[in-house]
Amino acid sequence: MENKTLIELKTEIQNKKISSYELTKFFLDRIKKIDSKLNSFITITENNALKKAKEIDSEITKGNIKPLSGIPIAQKDIFCTKDIKTTCGSKMLENFVSPYDATVVEKLNEAGMIIIGKTNMDEFAMGSSNETSYFGDVKNPWDLNCVPGGSSGGSAASVAARLIPCSTGTDTGGSIRQPASLTGICGIKPTYGRVSRYGMIAFASSLDQAGIFTRTAKDCAILLSHISGYDPKDSTSSKKEVPDYYKECIKKFEKMKIGIPEEFLDGLDSKVSEVFNESVNIFKSNGCDIKKISLKNSKLGVSAYQVVAPAECSSNLSRFDGVRYGFRANDVNNIDELYKKSRSEGFGDEVKRRILIGTYALSTGYYDAYYLKAQKIRTIISQEFQNAFKEVDVIIGPTAPDCAFKLGEKLNDPIAMYLSDIFTVSTNLAGLPAISIPMGFKNQLPLGLQIIGNHFDESKILSLSNHYQNLTDWHTQKPKILGAI
Amino acid sequence: MDKKTVIKIADLAKIQINDKEIEDISVSLQKILNLVDEMNAVNTDNIEPMSHPLNLKQELRKDVVLEKNKRDLFQKNNKYTENGYYKVPKIID
Amino acid sequence: MWESVIGLEIHVQLKTQSKIFSPASTSFGAEQNTQACAIDLGLPGVLPVLNEEAVKMAIKLGIAIGASIENNSIFARKNYFYPDLPKGYQISQYEIPIVSNGSIDIDVNGNIKTIRITRAHLEEDAGKSIHDLYENESVIDLNRAGTPLIEIVSEPDLSNAEEAVKYLKNIHSLVRYLNISDGNMQEGSFRCDANISLKRSNSSELGIRAEIKNINSFKFVEQAINYEIQRQSEILDNGKSVIQETRLFDPIKNETRSMRSKEEANDYRYFPDPDLLPVSISNDLIENIKLNMPELPNKKKERFIRQYKLTDYDTSILILDKDLSNYYEKVLENTDLNPKTTANWIITELLSYANKSNTEVKNYPVTFGDLASLLTYLHEGLISNKQAKIIFEKMWNNGEKPQDIIEKEGIKQVSDTTEINKLVDNVIKNHYKSVEEYLAGKDKLFGFFVGEVMKESKGKANPKIVNKLLKEKLKNDK
Repeated sequence: MENKTLIELKTEIQNKKISSYELTKFFLDRIKKIDSKLNSFITITENNALKKAKEIDSEITKGNIKPLSGIPIAQKDIFCTKDIKTTCGSKMLENFVSPYDATVVEKLNEAGMIIIGKTNMDEFAMGSSNETSYFGDVKNPWDLNCVPGGSSGGSAASVAARLIPCSTGTDTGGSIRQPASLTGICGIKPTYGRVSRYGMIAFASSLDQAGIFTRTAKDCAILLSHISGYDPKDSTSSKKEVPDYYKECIKKFEKMKIGIPEEFLDGLDSKVSEVFNESVNIFKSNGCDIKKISLKNSKLGVSAYQVVAPAECSSNLSRFDGVRYGFRANDVNNIDELYKKSRSEGFGDEVKRRILIGTYALSTGYYDAYYLKAQKIRTIISQEFQNAFKEVDVIIGPTAPDCAFKLGEKLNDPIAMYLSDIFTVSTNLAGLPAISIPMGFKNQLPLGLQIIGNHFDESKILSLSNHYQNLTDWHTQKPKILGAI
Repeated sequence: MDKKTVIKIADLAKIQINDKEIEDISVSLQKILNLVDEMNAVNTDNIEPMSHPLNLKQELRKDVVLEKNKRDLFQKNNKYTENGYYKVPKIID
Repeated sequence: MWESVIGLEIHVQLKTQSKIFSPASTSFGAEQNTQACAIDLGLPGVLPVLNEEAVKMAIKLGIAIGASIENNSIFARKNYFYPDLPKGYQISQYEIPIVSNGSIDIDVNGNIKTIRITRAHLEEDAGKSIHDLYENESVIDLNRAGTPLIEIVSEPDLSNAEEAVKYLKNIHSLVRYLNISDGNMQEGSFRCDANISLKRSNSSELGIRAEIKNINSFKFVEQAINYEIQRQSEILDNGKSVIQETRLFDPIKNETRSMRSKEEANDYRYFPDPDLLPVSISNDLIENIKLNMPELPNKKKERFIRQYKLTDYDTSILILDKDLSNYYEKVLENTDLNPKTTANWIITELLSYANKSNTEVKNYPVTFGDLASLLTYLHEGLISNKQAKIIFEKMWNNGEKPQDIIEKEGIKQVSDTTEINKLVDNVIKNHYKSVEEYLAGKDKLFGFFVGEVMKESKGKANPKIVNKLLKEKLKNDK
């Protein structure tokens, strides 16, 4: 059951081979049995989920069936959910219950899905290893001594461990793609503006996007259609029509021009390089033209990102002041102390670090040299991508420079941590859609292939992903540990 | 990054840091700045800064009241309220 | 010696139904925090969406002051911490405001002085902090958070308190004419900060300026500025320097004092708000709004003088308040009333009642219809001027209708010639001695006889007719 795809589960439910209640209970049992090893959930909403499942089953018997009726999903704990805690992985929101649902949550609820729980994540989405959560580290199901990636570590680990068929995530600098790569699953970050950000706790507003984790590209496509679309509550969301991504991705594959940036291959780990080249060959022998391209300034993406993201987050997180909601420190004598104590006790070190950098980058005298400069670099990076897309349909490369690293390995070296986002940040800066799909292994740990498309070309990248998954079976590999559990 | 600057930014950001932390933060912030300084390798004199990845137009909202009073819902879990007000330590202007 | 240089920043609350970035209500006086929705509270995950009416109102203002309207203006975040600022930043405009480079004229002793307006930009209002409700705590009401404001910034072109107040009143009148704000200073929908510095008369170098906040009446603006000019003069006369700071005006003590809050130390770290896109305003939209602009004060003034043959002075009074000018015209509508006498009546009679009781036009107990009736009775000679004043007082104080008062009190002026002749005959008979004196040449006694007839008629006789008949009778008696 846990290996069935969304489409298969959908069919089973529609054909009444299994009830929503049974399905939900099945995954809940798995979570209870296995998740203590992974810590991928912060909140498990057992009662609510089973209650909703019963309701849906009753609707189904009446003939009211919605597109994804009765299928459970895990929501990254960054999406506001009514009546279920939303912690954002932080002490600051440890007991916060949102009075409203995020648009993404609303849409999936409307499609009939059942929220089974809120997944663990790096605090306020700041991290690449899920080691900064107030609720403890998440472990990689492929090796419990390794990180699953971040910030959507919980969402990725739970899908990889087959605790849930799908989950939501968010990606600001790679927080969906990198964990997908490290845990051997599919993770898509849509075009900026494709999906509403309303109700998605903001980290870096001009970079954040909501996305999906699944095990197959087809499943990704189905869910992507459901969460996409203009939202009048989000001024930055696009009015562009939402295609039926599933239909698009299963269409007969047509020739594609694939670009490979030479900068992505510079100094690449030899095993990663080897695995990547195998994928390139598969594309070459199956209807694709490969072209070498240059994204000269993509490396500057990390620097620019390390200014833009903290700057925006330093402002976005100012609302966490202990006054109207969230953690408030006790024993304070004046308003200044209220702010300082609440924020210092409520936020973890990485969050504080980024707030400080961001505050500095925006401050008088430094704005031009840092924030403004970074926004200009963004324009350059974006232009480079546009030039590349004149020659190619999509751009590929490894999602991450290496496989999953050990817990604690990079924690004391933030720079090393930031550099692990080197292949992903530039797509956020340019607002482009990208997906990571499994492409092989190094030391029995998964490696991911990233496919980047031009704005609103989700269909193309999903199509290529599906094509690849028809020719390979990396995406069907399961973490071996699960057998032993 | 010097100590004085760190203290000033921490105050602007309303984050409390003790002396030991100032030292650590100063070092790690400097490392990040070094990384960031790599941006200076590129000349950006005639480049426009980008604040939005796409050229979207600001959609405007019609001037209609859609929100009802939900004060009780919003203040449900907040013990620092009284009579519908939010309470904070006394501020002297 | 010292010349004062004054610039004003006016915050005008726009009278939209909903807030600038959220669909919560903006109505005044609601119970605390009942009009603060998730967006206004700055809950995690919420996003702002711009109110189109606020944009249109800003454009209207820009057109009225002859300013440039920006085709792609940008919202920026102004970052600072204060409990009535829920997000920890205010959405405002920094670079590229929606309106820039306008001006408005003021009348300085018969001369026109142009006051330049640097910019006017849109921003959201903060909530309210109340410090005197509880002993150890301050409380916050966020109903006001998110109300749209236009901040109008003048160049430091004002030279004294009088000019400043004139400028303020003109802007006040303008925003009410444009129907973009109530301009209610007591309720806080029209607030003024003043920047004041002194410089040497023969120098172009500007002095250090102080900003005075929290001035909420025209009178206080005048007082605050005068106090501040005095204070700064004394400092400079003593060879010291003025500190650049923010000060509060204390209307009770009639002085300004330094603010203790930490706003001084603030670096606002302005940057374009990534949750909002550039506001795209087409030239077509601007043209459209231009075509549909309401009649502005200066045009109305020209028209009143031309159409109603009023004096400059009288017109200025009538048009300062748009509601009053409308009231005036409504009184005249569909009547034969003389515009000049009607204007006079309103200015002398009605306004004296209104001003004494501080009543706004919309709350006048006398409707324009009823006043028109009253003035028509007067115009047709059914009542005398004196009677009209008495009736008006009753109308104002008791809300009664003129025809009811007239009937009840039988006030109707007597114009019947036969009746009046009877009274005249009576008076002549009773004062035959004085009549003889009059006929002998004591012309002054005529007034006495008129008065006596009026007394006999208990004030109801039509004085014009009394005059006429008396003259005739007395002539005949000669």
